Amino acid sequence: MATSATVHAHAPEGFIRKYIFSLDHKIIGIQYFFLALTAVWVGMFLSLLMRLHLIFPTASLPLIGEIKPEQYLSLLTMHGTIMVFFVLTTAPQGGFGNYFLPIQIGAPDMAFPVLNMLSFWTTFVAFVVMIAAFFVQGGAPLHGWTGYPPLSAIPQAGPGEGLGADLWITSIAIFCLASLMGALNFLTTTLDMRAKGMTLMRMPLTVWSWFITAILGLLAFGVLLSAGILLLLDRNMGTSFYVPLVVVNGQILGHKGGSPLLWQHLFWFFGHPEVYIAILPGMGVTSQILSTFSRKPIFGYKAMVYAMLAIGFFGFMVWGHHMFMSGMSPYSAFAFSILTMCIGVPSAIKTFNWLGTMYKARIRFQTPMLYAIGFVSLFVSGGLSGPFLAQPVLDIQLHDTYFVVGHFHLIMGVAAIFGMFAATYYWVPKMFGRMMNEFWGRIHFFITLLGTYAIFMPMHYLGIAGGTRRYSQYTEVAYLAKLQPIHQFMTYAAIITIAAQFIFVINLFWTIFKGPKASDNPWEATTLEWTTATPPPHDNFGGVTPVVHNGPYEYGVPGAAKDYVMQTDPAISTAGAH
Amino acid sequence: MGLALLVVIWLITLASTYFFVAKTWWLPAGASAAAGFIDGQFTLTLVIMGIIFLAAQLSLGYFAWRYREQPSSPPVAYSHGNVKLEIIWTALTTILFVGLNLMGYPVWAANRWEPAKPGSVQVEVTGMQFAWYFRYPGPDGKYGSTSPKLMDPSAGGEAAVGLNTSDPAAKDDVVTGTLYLPVDKEVDLSLRSVDVIHSFFVPSLRFKQDAVPGLNIHMHFTPTQIGEYEIACAELCGLGHYKMHGMVHVVSQDDFDKWMAAREAEKQ
Repeated sequence: MATSATVHAHAPEGFIRKYIFSLDHKIIGIQYFFLALTAVWVGMFLSLLMRLHLIFPTASLPLIGEIKPEQYLSLLTMHGTIMVFFVLTTAPQGGFGNYFLPIQIGAPDMAFPVLNMLSFWTTFVAFVVMIAAFFVQGGAPLHGWTGYPPLSAIPQAGPGEGLGADLWITSIAIFCLASLMGALNFLTTTLDMRAKGMTLMRMPLTVWSWFITAILGLLAFGVLLSAGILLLLDRNMGTSFYVPLVVVNGQILGHKGGSPLLWQHLFWFFGHPEVYIAILPGMGVTSQILSTFSRKPIFGYKAMVYAMLAIGFFGFMVWGHHMFMSGMSPYSAFAFSILTMCIGVPSAIKTFNWLGTMYKARIRFQTPMLYAIGFVSLFVSGGLSGPFLAQPVLDIQLHDTYFVVGHFHLIMGVAAIFGMFAATYYWVPKMFGRMMNEFWGRIHFFITLLGTYAIFMPMHYLGIAGGTRRYSQYTEVAYLAKLQPIHQFMTYAAIITIAAQFIFVINLFWTIFKGPKASDNPWEATTLEWTTATPPPHDNFGGVTPVVHNGPYEYGVPGAAKDYVMQTDPAISTAGAH
Repeated sequence: MGLALLVVIWLITLASTYFFVAKTWWLPAGASAAAGFIDGQFTLTLVIMGIIFLAAQLSLGYFAWRYREQPSSPPVAYSHGNVKLEIIWTALTTILFVGLNLMGYPVWAANRWEPAKPGSVQVEVTGMQFAWYFRYPGPDGKYGSTSPKLMDPSAGGEAAVGLNTSDPAAKDDVVTGTLYLPVDKEVDLSLRSVDVIHSFFVPSLRFKQDAVPGLNIHMHFTPTQIGEYEIACAELCGLGHYKMHGMVHVVSQDDFDKWMAAREAEKQ
C-alpha cells in the first residue's frame, strides 16, 4: 500500500481553474452531483408528462399541446435513459463516490486528477448530446431505453428513429467512455492511495460499494460501448449485425442475416450489472448511516463485504433472465433462472444485517437515518418481486407488464434515489459546511415514502392483471381499459410526490447559502471525512496524513470515553469484541 | 419519530398486502392446460414472499420504534455480528429460493423443452407493425411458401404475409386476422415477424412469446375453455404498439371444422 508523499498542494487560483475545469475530486464530485440533479428534474418532468398522457390521452396540455402515441414513447425512452445513465449511475458513484472515496481512505485526491476532470466533462458532453435528440427532426427515439433492434436500427421503423436515434446511441457511447475512465480512477485510488492502517477490511462499506461498482463499470461499459458502435454501423454503414432481412411497410430493406438477439445479449450483459452499479452505492451509504445513527457497529461487516462481492460476481451471470420470452434457448433459461435466485441470497443477507444493526440499538432519527430506513423498506419490497420474475414459468405472464416496471422502479429506481437522499442529507454538512433543515427534511421524507409506494405498488396489481407496459394508452384493448382506475390513482400520487420534491431542492439551496454552520463531526461518526475540517481543505487533511487504527463502525465500545471511537483514535482493545 | 415510522411502515405494508389478498385486480381466469400449474406456482411464490415481506417490514417498523434513543435506553449491545446466524440465514434462503425455482420446471419443460405432439393444430402467427395474421396450412397439412417480395401490408390477408399463390401447397392455406382454435386440442404455433420484434401475449391462456424477425419459433399450448380471449402485443414495436391487438376464439371441434370449411369455401 503506497501512502502518497504529503505535499501540501496549493489550491488553484481563479474561478475557471477552481470551479469549472477543476482537478480537485471534491469539486468534480459536486459537479457530478449537480449534473445528476439537473438530469433528475428533466427525467422526472418527462415522467409527469407520461403519467398525464396515460390518464388524459387526448388532452391538450398548456405549452406542450397534445401528446401523440409516438411522443409518449419518446418521453418513455428519454426518461429511462436519462434516469439510468445520468442519475442512477452519475450521482452515487461520480458524485458522492468522487467526493468521499479519497477522503474516507485518507488520500489527498484521486489517483489521476486530470482523468477525473476528463471523465466529468465527457459525461457532460454525453448529456448535451442526449438532450439534443429532443430538438432534431423527428424528435427523440421511441425504442425504449433498452433499444431493441430492429426497431432501433431502422430509420423507417418509426418517428424519432432517424437522427434522434443516432444521437441517443452516440450519447450512450460517450457516456461509456466517461464511465470507463471513472472506473479506472476509482480502482487505482482504492488500491494504491489508502492511508497507513487503512487495510481493506477497515474500509467503510461505502468505499467497498464504490470499489465494487467500479469493477462492474469497468467490465460492463466496454461491452455496451462495442454494442453501441455495432448499432451505429447497422444504422449508417449498411452492416447487418442485428438486422436480418426485414420488410417495413412493404419495403424490403438492404439488411440480411443479422441477429436481433445478439443485441439483447450484449445489452443485458451490460444492463444487469448496471442495476447493481445503481444500487450498490446505496447499499454502502445505507450501511454507513444505519450504523452511525443506531450508535452500534454494523452487524456482520465481513458478511456485508462478501455479500457485495457475491452480488457483483453473480451480477454478470444472470443477464439472460431478461430474455426468457425472447426466443433464446429454453434450456439456458434454466441456468439463468437458478443463478438469478442465487443472487437473491446475498441481498437477503444484507437485509438481515441491516435489521440486525438496528436490533437493541439507540436509534437517532435525523433525516439521513429516515432515508436509510426508507431504503431498507424499498429494497425489501422491490427485491421480493424478483423471485417471481426469476422463474421462467411465472415470467410467461409477468414479462413486459407493469409488474416488471413496479419491480425495477422500487429496487433500482427509488431505492437508489433514497440512497442518494440519505447521502445528501448526511454529507451536505461536510460538503458545504452547513446543516440542512431537519423539519423540512422529515416532511420531505414522509411524503416521498408514502408517494413512492402509492405510485409503484399498484403497478404490481396492474401487471398481475396483464397490464402491458409501454402502451401509450389503455383504450384499445377491452381488458386493459378496465384497469384504467389504477393508472388514475398512480398519476395523482405521482403529482403529489413530484410536488414534494420542491421541498428538497429549496431546502438544499437554502442550506448551501443560508443554512446554520455545521461542526466538523455533526453526526458523531467515525470515518475519516469527519476527522478533517468542514468543508475539507484542498488536500483534504490540511497537510496531515491520517493514520488509521480502528475499523469503520466502532460505536458503543464498552469502556470508551464517548459512545464512538474514530478510525484515527488510538486502537481499542478488542477483548470485548467478537 | 420512531412511532411515526412504525405507523407509516406498517400502514404501507398492510395496505399493500390487502390488495394481494383481496385480489381486487388479478390474473384473468385461466383457460389453458398450463394455467392451473402456473397459477399454483404463482400463489406458492406469493405466500412465501408475502411472509418474508410482512416479517421484514413489520420488524423494520417495530425496531425503529422499540430501539429509539431515550434517556432510559440501555447501552447498545456491542457486537460485530453473529457468524452462526449468518450461516443459518444464508443456507435457509438458498434452499428456499432454489427449491422454489426448481418446483416451477415441470410446465416450463413440458411446454418449451418438448416439441408439440404429432397431430396438433398447426397455426403460423405473423406479427407486423401493427397487426397479427394467422395462417392455417389447410387439408394438405403443408404451408405454402411465402416471400418478402410479395408482402403488401396495406392489402391485408394473404398478401400481407407474402403468400406465394402459385405454390400448389398455398392453394388451401387460410390466412385470417382472428385466431380460431378447437378446444382441448394442442396447438403448435409457429411465430415469426416481418419487421421488428413483437410479442404474442394472451393473458387468459397464460401464453407469451416474442416473434422475432429472422427466427421461426415453435411454441405449443392447449386451450381448455371455450371463449374469446384478447391478444395484446407485449414487446415495444413502434408508435402503434398500444393498438396492436387481436382475438383468440376457442370453439368446439365441430364449430372449428365448420368455420374452417367456410374459409376454404371462400377461397374457391
